[in-house]
Amino acid sequence: MLKRWRERITPTDVVMWFIGGTLLLLMFWGSTATLIEGRYTSHHWFDFLIFGLAQGSIYALIAMGYTMVYGTLRMINFAHSEVFMSGPYTAYFVAAAFYSSGFLDRQPILSLIFIFLVSMATSTLIAVLLERIAYRPLRTAPRLVPLITAIGASFFLQYTFRGLYGSGFQAYPVVKILEGEWMFGVFRILKFQAVVIVAAALLMTALYLFVQRTRMGKAIRAVSEDKEISSLMGIDIDRMIVTTFVIGGMAAGAAGVLYAVMFKQVHFFMGFIPGIKAFTAAVLGGIGNIPGAMLGGIFLGLVESIGPSLFLDGLGIVAPYQLKDAIAFIMLVLVLIFRPTGILGERLAIKKA
Amino acid sequence: MSLLEIENVHTYYGQIHTLKGVSLTVDQGEIVTLIGANGAGKSTLLKTTSGLLRPREGSIRLEGKDLTHDPPHEIAAKGLVQVPEGRRVFGRLTVTENLEMGAFAISDQKLIKENLDRVFQLFPRLKERHKQVAGTLSGGEQQMLATGRALMANPRILLMDEPSMGLAPILVDGIFEIIRKLHTDGTTILLVEQNARMALQVAGRGYVLQSGVVVLSDSAQNLRQNEMVRNAYLGET
Repeated sequence: MLKRWRERITPTDVVMWFIGGTLLLLMFWGSTATLIEGRYTSHHWFDFLIFGLAQGSIYALIAMGYTMVYGTLRMINFAHSEVFMSGPYTAYFVAAAFYSSGFLDRQPILSLIFIFLVSMATSTLIAVLLERIAYRPLRTAPRLVPLITAIGASFFLQYTFRGLYGSGFQAYPVVKILEGEWMFGVFRILKFQAVVIVAAALLMTALYLFVQRTRMGKAIRAVSEDKEISSLMGIDIDRMIVTTFVIGGMAAGAAGVLYAVMFKQVHFFMGFIPGIKAFTAAVLGGIGNIPGAMLGGIFLGLVESIGPSLFLDGLGIVAPYQLKDAIAFIMLVLVLIFRPTGILGERLAIKKA
Repeated sequence: MSLLEIENVHTYYGQIHTLKGVSLTVDQGEIVTLIGANGAGKSTLLKTTSGLLRPREGSIRLEGKDLTHDPPHEIAAKGLVQVPEGRRVFGRLTVTENLEMGAFAISDQKLIKENLDRVFQLFPRLKERHKQVAGTLSGGEQQMLATGRALMANPRILLMDEPSMGLAPILVDGIFEIIRKLHTDGTTILLVEQNARMALQVAGRGYVLQSGVVVLSDSAQNLRQNEMVRNAYLGET
């Protein structure tokens, strides 16, 4: 018994578990200390929770694009962060025009819908062009080639948009009906955060139903499992791959507007950090798995928002919120140590009999 | 005019010349078997026929229409459908979803429903498990599913690649039972098999492939009597 154990466990495993265990212990210690100290009230925690949910649902929407493209092409589309950036940045000009003409204040709902449409359309266009120009010619190339191309395309798009729209931060106009707060009993919730959460939840439900229930959705899942056999069933592989880029682009464009509503500014480099975070979320959830990406995004958003205060404050670290990115990536390390396939990755072993 | 006509097909895997001018025909309602050893080019021929590989020379016609240069999904939509080697069902999709994918080229919902009923009638086992994820089925059930999935497309001709591979002997009998049944229903089948004994029992005619060349073609009955076939493929001396 003991011998078999010794054969199965490698020294690397021991080191990894040691690192993982230490991190878990620190988290536990920190949380206990914070809670005993009692510096934060339940109102604080509630605020963290709502902010985390809003942030997380944006990550989740972006993560959808990473995970679906990975599913069909087995490739990380590193230019997806620019797909995300292109939408809200383009829609900014529409929003600014609406604002200066007063249309935004007179017809806020209509303007928002229009801004969403412009953003989603731009992101989708960029995603489809990427697939057509940068990735399709490399379909049969070794796996590293499209990956490097993706990084190149990412830079290309960043600096193209910088050239087009300038390198400064642009302040998104404030939508008045989204300002202020609602009260839920004793808890207060900022309107725009509530709107972000609800909009993202609706979009994700629609996406999930599309992939699970419709003929196209099922075909996309079939293609992500076995391209060759799918084509033998009469499924046009190229069309399905383009569809995944379209869906990913639409989700990213919508996420972009939600991001702009939350942080109220756009910039040519704004895609980088959310892109990396959404990629992390997709890996956390199990890359290639759509519900996994949703779950991973929300989990990451929550950890980022609650984590710093909960884990670090009790350890006596000053200004813990500065370390939110470190917390997010430590979570990735922990998940990869204890569950390398991600939270929902490969729930069933596929027997190749 | 035969239903399927393969004429002088040459296919290369990189630099390797795997098919060196193969010709064969399958008539409406026939079962034709293709036997040959490992590496003789049987699977290559099926892949070339269904468009996954491109022949460098030669032509493939279905009902007189040339489909040598069509992409695989169009060939499938025209009614040349394959039951692939090793079953290759979509493991994460349910049984019903797998079957629906087989009918992807059909847009008439009523026809899809009819086909689904017919497949469930043919394989009651699949009906029992229709909500189950295909990856959890046994090998025999997966073979039923792969066959049912191909039938969902209303194929003009069914290409079966090693349907008995890796199955227990009792299941192999079951598979050949199904092939006979499909034959009496009028389905045209091109059957590639290593189990030459069984294949020559269900088939009307057969071809023997050796190193990418058809060395023999005759009625199944004559092939069973043939000295070379008996030595090389039936294990009789």
